[in-house]
Amino acid sequence: MFGLDKKDTTLLLIVAVLTMFAPFILNPFPAGSGMAQFNAGYPDLMQRFVIFGIFAIGFNILFGLTGYLSFGHAAFLGVGSYSAVWMFKLLSMNVIPAIILSVIVAGVFALIIGFVSLRRSGIYFSILTLAFAQMSFALAYSVLTPITNGETGLQLSLSDPRILGTSVSADGGIPVTSLFGIEMRSTAEMQLGPWLFQFNAGYYLCAVLMLVAFYLAIRIFRSPFGLMLRAVKSNQQRMNYTGLNARPYTLAAFVISGMYAGLAGGLLASMDPLAGAERMQWTASGEVVLMTILGGAGTLIGPVLGAGFIKYFENIFSKINDNVLHSWFAFMPDGLEDLMVTIVHPFVGKGWSLTLGLMFMAVVIFLPGGLVEGGQKIGKMFRRKKAVDGTPSAAKTPAE
Amino acid sequence: MDAIILQILNGLDKGSAYALIALGLTLIFGTLGVVNFAHGALFMIGAFCAVTVQRILSISFETVDPTKTDFLGNPSKISTPYVEHWFGPEFGATIIDWSVPIAILFAIPIMILIGFVMERGLIKHFYKRPHADQILVTFGLAIVLQEVIKYYYGANPIQTGAPMVFRGSFDFGTLLGFDPNVIIYPYWRLVYFGFAALIIGAVFAFLQFTTFGMVVRAGMADRETVGLLGINIDKRFTIMFGLAAAVAGLAGVMYAPINAPNYHMGMDFLVLSFVVVVVGGMGSLPGAVLAGFLLGILESFASMTQVIDLIPGINQIIIYVVAIVVLLTRPRGLMGRKGVMEE
Amino acid sequence: MGILEVKDVNKRFGGLQALGNVNLSVADNTVHAIIGPNGAGKSTLLNCLVGKLIPDTGSVMFDGQSVLGRKPYEINQMGISRVFQTPEIFGDLTVMENMMIPCLARRDGSFRMHALASVFSEKALRARAEEMLAEVKMLDKRDMHAASMSRGDKRRLEMAMCLVQEPRLLLLDEPTAGMARADTNNTIDLLKDIKARGNITMCIIEHDMHVVFSLADRITVLAQGTPLVEDTPANIKGHPKVREAYLGESA
Repeated sequence: MFGLDKKDTTLLLIVAVLTMFAPFILNPFPAGSGMAQFNAGYPDLMQRFVIFGIFAIGFNILFGLTGYLSFGHAAFLGVGSYSAVWMFKLLSMNVIPAIILSVIVAGVFALIIGFVSLRRSGIYFSILTLAFAQMSFALAYSVLTPITNGETGLQLSLSDPRILGTSVSADGGIPVTSLFGIEMRSTAEMQLGPWLFQFNAGYYLCAVLMLVAFYLAIRIFRSPFGLMLRAVKSNQQRMNYTGLNARPYTLAAFVISGMYAGLAGGLLASMDPLAGAERMQWTASGEVVLMTILGGAGTLIGPVLGAGFIKYFENIFSKINDNVLHSWFAFMPDGLEDLMVTIVHPFVGKGWSLTLGLMFMAVVIFLPGGLVEGGQKIGKMFRRKKAVDGTPSAAKTPAE
Repeated sequence: MDAIILQILNGLDKGSAYALIALGLTLIFGTLGVVNFAHGALFMIGAFCAVTVQRILSISFETVDPTKTDFLGNPSKISTPYVEHWFGPEFGATIIDWSVPIAILFAIPIMILIGFVMERGLIKHFYKRPHADQILVTFGLAIVLQEVIKYYYGANPIQTGAPMVFRGSFDFGTLLGFDPNVIIYPYWRLVYFGFAALIIGAVFAFLQFTTFGMVVRAGMADRETVGLLGINIDKRFTIMFGLAAAVAGLAGVMYAPINAPNYHMGMDFLVLSFVVVVVGGMGSLPGAVLAGFLLGILESFASMTQVIDLIPGINQIIIYVVAIVVLLTRPRGLMGRKGVMEE
Repeated sequence: MGILEVKDVNKRFGGLQALGNVNLSVADNTVHAIIGPNGAGKSTLLNCLVGKLIPDTGSVMFDGQSVLGRKPYEINQMGISRVFQTPEIFGDLTVMENMMIPCLARRDGSFRMHALASVFSEKALRARAEEMLAEVKMLDKRDMHAASMSRGDKRRLEMAMCLVQEPRLLLLDEPTAGMARADTNNTIDLLKDIKARGNITMCIIEHDMHVVFSLADRITVLAQGTPLVEDTPANIKGHPKVREAYLGESA
């Protein structure tokens, strides 16, 4: 189906079902119960799952396939956000033109930066992209203030000259982003016994776009173009002597992944119309690298998993405070309870960054292939066990 | 003319810091072949060594002075630092005043120890891994170190004063025959520059004139061959890592009075120091020092109002622009050897 | 006029004259071996042919066109393939994927944005790749990871990758270096088969005289960057100058 083979179609359908039913799946605990804090099925967080999923899918096309480690991809996300907000300010509150512009601008930006950075490879490429991103960040904070509004960040105001629309909404506030009249913030709620499920228009827009992005990524992975990108990673020398020019291939991958980042940035702004320079900082670039390697660089589903994983734990960990911790360890004797709270405290709440850093190290050290490879290893272990239990001779057949 | 001299002087202290960090970075890269993104964190830890020593020296006990009362009528409490109690008020106060230079003594063993632990515990396992993995794992470590510091010291910068005698400024202009108050330069920055020059000189002398240094230099040139000679190069490289950590740490200790230490100063300096290393030439020690001072001075020139009026924002990006131009036109850097990581 | 014409090529590295006035003419549909002691400039010459090095002076013409100043991928697109001393293959990919890359390069040129097609639906190219794999007796290994194969298999895969492009000229840089006797003989047989199929010119750099004398139609002896003699294998065998260059015997 859709020009994919059976395995990929299954994967796409699974992802489609998961995203479409995410408001149910991510809300397994009844509202008001003690476990409700672990729910992730509310619009704001679900939007971030799929938006950063898009970002990571795009980054994986560059890093996973070609092996070029960009440390400046957040710049494209930031540029996408700025473009979208400007579109809202100047043209219309409809998200479509904003998203289109953010993808285009990020693509052009990526073309320029990629053209220069890809003259070098390895660590020099990483440092060049890092330098460009930091440069963009510094400029966004200083000289480009008329465009970026500096430290405050770019926001909508009541005096925006919106050509196709009104500066002020009927109730005197700033108009909200919409898709042909469907407001992005509008949320339908469904009460089902003690459960409360929320269906947000913005989330579904992002989810559909992520599915499209994911589908395109699968096509790219399976295409001759994708094969060439893997060739770049594997052996550039052989590639050269096979009559292939590696640079336009890597540049194309760079621009595509930049456009994915721009799409993610545009969507972020479409959900919440503001853009700040901190989105371009290099720690933000580091985060997408982590998402990709945590899930499994070079795999299809890995980056989506990684993005979901990190955004979920970021959200959960940041919410946990000492009160929550005390309630967790309440079953222990008082002294032990306090001790546990003291131990865990630095890693939660504002300490999320610390946990993130530790996770970063742990993944690189213990799980270089990411979650997908980890899962495959566990799967293989079980299968082998089964084979040994069932037919002893099966284990003897030589491994392929 | 006076403006030019002033900008050169202004560039010296930042340049010194760049040079010291870049020296360690390139030493590690040259000997171990590891790209260490956690090197900035070592600089930051050094600065916090100064903060810690100042705090420890200022630990006080409280006594009640019955002769005085506070505004509520209670007997007022007086806090006396232990050092003043032990060494007498005058000498004790001097010790507290000189806490930053004293911190150097503490920082050296601490930084060397941190360097050893880092190399043996983590970096060692990444020699054979791709550069991307090295970058990622040290990046993670940098985040961890930074967050740990933030947890214990808070997010705000902590003012850490230089000794009283160095707090003023020095009228450099009168020395060169300019009018007074044209070229003034804080004493401490002068001290910092002298200190940096001393450290750089010491590192070079160490590498040049000791057998140990000779082996390390040979290892930088051709690691495998040196290994074949039966010299235990690994142990020496661990020591090198400790040394590089100490250099970065000392740069941080002395920088504390110039820029109040905060938890993200390591990251801020790291990106720039990497750029410095690349401009100077990956694996070239003189290149790192030269590029450090050059870029520090260039940055201070770009911050002149006349220049900013001409090209707005240039002060923010000048270093990156230089790096991009150098990488594209002369990828091995100003003083890099041909063939070393040129791709 | 040969298919490959090297005229007055000089190449200097600092003070070292690596190649001095090299003239070489390789006739169409022949196997031409270049032999010589270590440091004779064989590899430098080869690198000048494929665009990795640019000679200081002189000209290199392939099929009437100059290759100088062209990038390696452009030279490959002209019809020159190269086999390396240590097999250069795409280690992370499967054998079949390794084969598809040269097939695609041959059909689509040095760059084509084929981002939404599928490698699996390239039926004609797949058939071509499988045919070639069968020819080098590797069809059963089609789904193996290239990096996990033996060195002999890697060498055969590399040759298959070169041959599937149907090059006019195949350059081989010590194709049997570091190989066991059996693998060497297999390689010789393979090269003989390729030669028998016709319509291909081969230029071999080789240390192993057994390989050279089993395959070559003509031999050029290179010493200190200059061709000493060029002749048929029979004449080269007893040539005094060759003995001198190799064994240090005075004539």
